[in-house]
Amino acid sequence: MTELQIWTYVIVGASFILYFAIAWWARAGSTSDFYVAGGGIGPIQNGMATAADWMSAASFISMAGIIAFKGYDASAYLMGWTGGYVLMAMLLAPYLRKFGKFTVPEFVGDRYYSKTARVVAVVCLIVISLTYVIGQMKGVGVTFSRFLGVSMEMGLVVGMIIVFFYAAFGGMKGITYTQIAQYVVLILAYTVPAVFISFNLTGNPIPQLGLGSTMADGSGMYMLDKLDQVVTDLGFKAYSIQNDTTINIFMLTMTLMIGTAGLPHVIIRFFTVATVKDARSSAGWALVFIALLYTTAPAVGAMARLNLMQTVQTGEVGSADGNLAFDARPKWMANWEKTGLISFEDKNGDGKIQYYNDGGLSKAQADLGAAEKALKEAQDKAGNTTAAQAEVDKAKTAADAAMTKYMSDEKTKKFADFGWKGNEVTKVDNDIMVLANPEIAKLPNWVIALVAAGGIAAALSTAAGLLLAIASSVSHDLLKGIMMPNISEKNELMASRVAITIAIILAGYMGMNPPGFAAEVVALAFGLAASSIFPVLMMGIFSKRMNTQGAIAGMLAGIGLTLLYIFWFKGWFFIKGTEMAPNKPENWFLGISPEAFGTVGAMANFAVAFIVAKFTPEPPEHIQHLVEDVRIPRGAGGAIAH
Amino acid sequence: MLDKSAKAYWAANVRLLTICLAIWFIVSFGFGILLLDQLNTIHLGGYKLGFWFAQQGSIYVFIGLITFYAWRMGQIDREFDVHE
Repeated sequence: MTELQIWTYVIVGASFILYFAIAWWARAGSTSDFYVAGGGIGPIQNGMATAADWMSAASFISMAGIIAFKGYDASAYLMGWTGGYVLMAMLLAPYLRKFGKFTVPEFVGDRYYSKTARVVAVVCLIVISLTYVIGQMKGVGVTFSRFLGVSMEMGLVVGMIIVFFYAAFGGMKGITYTQIAQYVVLILAYTVPAVFISFNLTGNPIPQLGLGSTMADGSGMYMLDKLDQVVTDLGFKAYSIQNDTTINIFMLTMTLMIGTAGLPHVIIRFFTVATVKDARSSAGWALVFIALLYTTAPAVGAMARLNLMQTVQTGEVGSADGNLAFDARPKWMANWEKTGLISFEDKNGDGKIQYYNDGGLSKAQADLGAAEKALKEAQDKAGNTTAAQAEVDKAKTAADAAMTKYMSDEKTKKFADFGWKGNEVTKVDNDIMVLANPEIAKLPNWVIALVAAGGIAAALSTAAGLLLAIASSVSHDLLKGIMMPNISEKNELMASRVAITIAIILAGYMGMNPPGFAAEVVALAFGLAASSIFPVLMMGIFSKRMNTQGAIAGMLAGIGLTLLYIFWFKGWFFIKGTEMAPNKPENWFLGISPEAFGTVGAMANFAVAFIVAKFTPEPPEHIQHLVEDVRIPRGAGGAIAH
Repeated sequence: MLDKSAKAYWAANVRLLTICLAIWFIVSFGFGILLLDQLNTIHLGGYKLGFWFAQQGSIYVFIGLITFYAWRMGQIDREFDVHE
């Protein structure tokens, strides 16, 4: 066992012992404990737990990599996933806390005096949360397998057992206190390497300032200007300027904001605080803790990109010894090649690595390779090779055209003149930017081990929050609310433990056998939350006139339109080949991508709801009183059952 | 509490959150997206200003907004005697 592995076992193991200890200490004794942690969590503690709940494996592992390769365009994620908390703090959390119940569908059912509305909300909640949790379980497995060398399945099972212990026994109470511990682990794991890297590159240890500082290499150039220069010299798009269309960035940011505010597993965290006042300030604290990571991520992304570019392009572009020799590549590259996150191919046989934008040449070459492989498989199976042969011919023509363009196009001709025959870094996965960061910066082994523990903490904390949201709406909304209203508290608590156990097993199974569309469904989760849950909650608080008919029609219109649009371009239920039109900007409605369409769905929801409500009877008087009551802080008791 | 003051309390809340959400919109969608090119001509150290708002500044303003809203609502709660 290497020193790194020992460190990883020690640090990850210590974090697990901590989670187990907390789980034992924070066992749930009542349904109130289980659903809302007894309703007495302090605003700072809840803010920290919310931050861990919210920041998933994707935030921790993938986001900096997305920023590294998209530059300015990735701002939609940064603003979208933080700006949602402003909406949450002002439009939803305080009033829902005043309402004082256990789940989101419960509010929908009571406010719209309709079991149908409640069931529609439960369905939205389960679809959103389940799609989300698959990615988390996969994140746990991936982190385990990469750092500890155990199989992904083994890692997943360990993750399931840990979540089972504190989620099934402790419910929201156990989850809250473990999330606080997990926040500390994940934020240390994220910021420690970032501080080192920022200091090495710019001399400023604070990453948020380092990103705006000059380089420490004595050139006196600003870090971002340097990065823009390095990437444009190699034919890539400039880092700090906009490449995507304004409307798409705008709509994506808006969809992520209102989607964030409508995510049930985040909303229910605000049911755990004692007062309406605490719900408001707790949202602020949550954003402070989230911002620590979210303002560091742009620095990590930019600096990792610069480090990567400069590691490969060691000197003047085009000079004889300006590129890294393949045999002299640093150890971290060789390490991560084994995991398939980065790969090289010496296309011009010069023993050196060229990483640049070849204007689509390597993509055409890769397509040709894939088509040839498919043809060979078809031949081996002695099946019908006509179609495969046609694909190969098509890919060959495309590759030839790409080569001609490469040799003559002004943008790429200079590279061709250097004797470069295509981009030789054939793959760089987004995730490597965070996972390999400490190795790139040559940090000690304990820091690398800390990153492993941080990735696992980020995935586990989000998974637990999602599983609780699913379990509580099954046991409290479906079972107690609709099927068995007379169930005793003891039996309901037992039912919620069974529900969470089933949810864990289901999520673990789906993490092991992820549906092919796992990556696609994240767009679906935000689109659905934005187009269904956010509008229905907001109208329930801000419009006294909104009634059952309006709410149900609005939700169906919002979800329907959003689903239709996503399926139209990504295939019905994400089945390949059933797309109604190619997923390209020129086919999109007003140039809005499927990921960004939730905002349009939300607008449709609002419009349909108000029109239908206008022509149907106004809600009964006791409902109008209920709305008046949630608007006023006084009288918020602890969250109660019926 | 009288019905009239309940209405006034709610109106005060809506007024405050409208102001806050206007700022929320201006710093993110305005400065970070729509006015990006204009603001990018101004520099803040090594940051172009529009880029800074999109990747740093808007997030800091969001925190300030929630903090201000929570504090000011606490005052308004007391003014209208609806605090907990």
